[in-house]
Amino acid sequence: MSGRIDKAFARAGKAKRAAFIAYITAGDPAPARTVVLARALERAGADILELGVPFTDPIADGPTNQRAAERALAQGTSLPGVLGIVRELRYSSELPVVLFTYFNPVHAYGLARFAVDAAAAGVDGVLFTDVPVEEAGAAHAALRRVGVELVLLLAPTSTRERVKAVRKLAGSFVYFVARAGVTGARATLEEGLEEQVRLVRRLTKTRVAVGFGVSTPDQVARAARFADGVVVGSALVERIAELGDAPELPGEIEALARSLAIATRRK
Amino acid sequence: MKPVPDSRGYFGPYGGRFVPETLMAPLAELTAAWQEARRDRAFRRELAGLLATYCGRPTPISHAARLTRHLGGAQVFLKREDLCHTGAHKINNAVGQCLLARRMGKVRVIAETGAGQHGVAVATAAALFGLRCRVYMGTEDERRQALNVFRMKLLGAEVVGVDAGSRTLKDAINESLRDWVTNVATTHYVLGSVLGPHPYPLMVREFQSVIGSEALLQIRAQHRSLPNLVVACVGGGSNAAGIFSAFVPHRHVELVGVEAGGRGTRLGEHAARFAGGSPGVLHGTRSYVLQDQDGQVSPTHSVSAGLDYPAVGPEHAYWHDSRRVSYVQVADREALDAFHLLSEFEGIVPALETAHAIAYVARVAPRMASAQAVLVNLSGRGDKDVVEVARLEGVTL
Repeated sequence: MSGRIDKAFARAGKAKRAAFIAYITAGDPAPARTVVLARALERAGADILELGVPFTDPIADGPTNQRAAERALAQGTSLPGVLGIVRELRYSSELPVVLFTYFNPVHAYGLARFAVDAAAAGVDGVLFTDVPVEEAGAAHAALRRVGVELVLLLAPTSTRERVKAVRKLAGSFVYFVARAGVTGARATLEEGLEEQVRLVRRLTKTRVAVGFGVSTPDQVARAARFADGVVVGSALVERIAELGDAPELPGEIEALARSLAIATRRK
Repeated sequence: MKPVPDSRGYFGPYGGRFVPETLMAPLAELTAAWQEARRDRAFRRELAGLLATYCGRPTPISHAARLTRHLGGAQVFLKREDLCHTGAHKINNAVGQCLLARRMGKVRVIAETGAGQHGVAVATAAALFGLRCRVYMGTEDERRQALNVFRMKLLGAEVVGVDAGSRTLKDAINESLRDWVTNVATTHYVLGSVLGPHPYPLMVREFQSVIGSEALLQIRAQHRSLPNLVVACVGGGSNAAGIFSAFVPHRHVELVGVEAGGRGTRLGEHAARFAGGSPGVLHGTRSYVLQDQDGQVSPTHSVSAGLDYPAVGPEHAYWHDSRRVSYVQVADREALDAFHLLSEFEGIVPALETAHAIAYVARVAPRMASAQAVLVNLSGRGDKDVVEVARLEGVTL
């Protein structure tokens, strides 16, 4: 383990807040802007950066992230480019990076070569949206060899047996999908989320971050009360879509992220 | 060759379940319900009854006498899936899955469609069983298959256009998976081909295997022996899997799947996965995929919406690698010629998908002896394509 993810959670826990995990799609609005945006998120108080690898057929994403992927692909960003972005970020930042990716780009790159190159670039963890624990054995082994974490997802529909199976492969945290559905902003958080998160934490004996449908400071504050980490994606991505490549983009994203980061404090 | 995939849905290195975690429990539930249903005599009896009294099975095998004489070689036989209710083989699977959905207590079904035949079949079965139905269709396909869009609406289904990506079948599947992941509690996703995560490739093949079981007995009765060659077009591959499954154990029967060669051999100009694709993961399954070097799924082209898809069923990938089935390509132009050929020589207007299979037969039958037999799966009729063919040929209707 590189330990950056672990340390980020520990630091947040000590400060009595949930870790703030900020998601953006790499290459949106342009590859050259991603490092700038990552630094802005870091200044705003992001503990972990979740970096989306654009894919042509993102079945787990709602329209906001789909369009971001389309913009990034139109700019020529693909997996090798994303690794280049992480390499560049590492010149100036120790912000932990988790790649959020579909399996096919990694499959095409070659799993073993990807693991080595990701570790060398400074990637701390990899989350595959479409690789459930049954299919995750090879990815887990390849990533473990190079000290990169595999981040696994759990959902409200996951059975007890599945939660326990995830425990065997989980790294420093698991990602709990706040509600059955795709990524994107929603008006409310699900009823019963708190109990589900507690159950997952007990069964996996690991930290739980909550994402999918968390977009406002209010929702962040609610989830932060019981989750170890809170992921916000679509709210940031939507703002990026509105502003495009405008000069004020980093400042605006920093301000929005700060309002979300502050909400992770537990009262 | 093992007839069934392993318990995780793998046909050799192909298949599996590459889906978001939220879908894993529903897929397990579906697998269990289907395994139970297929062993239940009452379910089998009800399905067989519906296939006979509602879908119009068994469909006959026609000897294409004039086409045979014209080609001057092997005897050509047509398995007439175009005579099924709704005009294509898709109804076999749609009725089977909707019956299963009702048994599972689902009140709503969703489906993707390319050519519109699967969408029409599901809308039909949903009307039959009183299920709510929504069909996703790429907006490019809606344009090409306007007649089927209206048919689905007549049948009480809601048709939702998908204006993303290449606006074809692939994008309709993306949207169906997103709907399913959001509404799993009430909804069954009626996938239309031998694609997607386990158990779909196996389940759809089994619902379609009625084509092959009938054809095997019929051709024996009519031709006094098994055919030398069986031909079917392959988009996702359900009609081909349906007819091939009965003949796979008969090693002396040559099996050929016909892919869309489109208008050229460069990536993006065709849908020939076995000619221009490589192993990858799309829509929940590992198979051959048309993709660029970074693993981005490439656009495809075919004159026929039903073959215009960048991946192929995992069992076909397995048959390809084990060389049990050969896969060949037929270009748009050749398929359009075959569309006319069958219409004029046999009085049967085939679907453009099926016309690809006919075109291959027109290529090889002349080189075969007249004592030999070719069996073609005539997977659907071409009424839906008449307007598009007229447009392509510059005819104003």
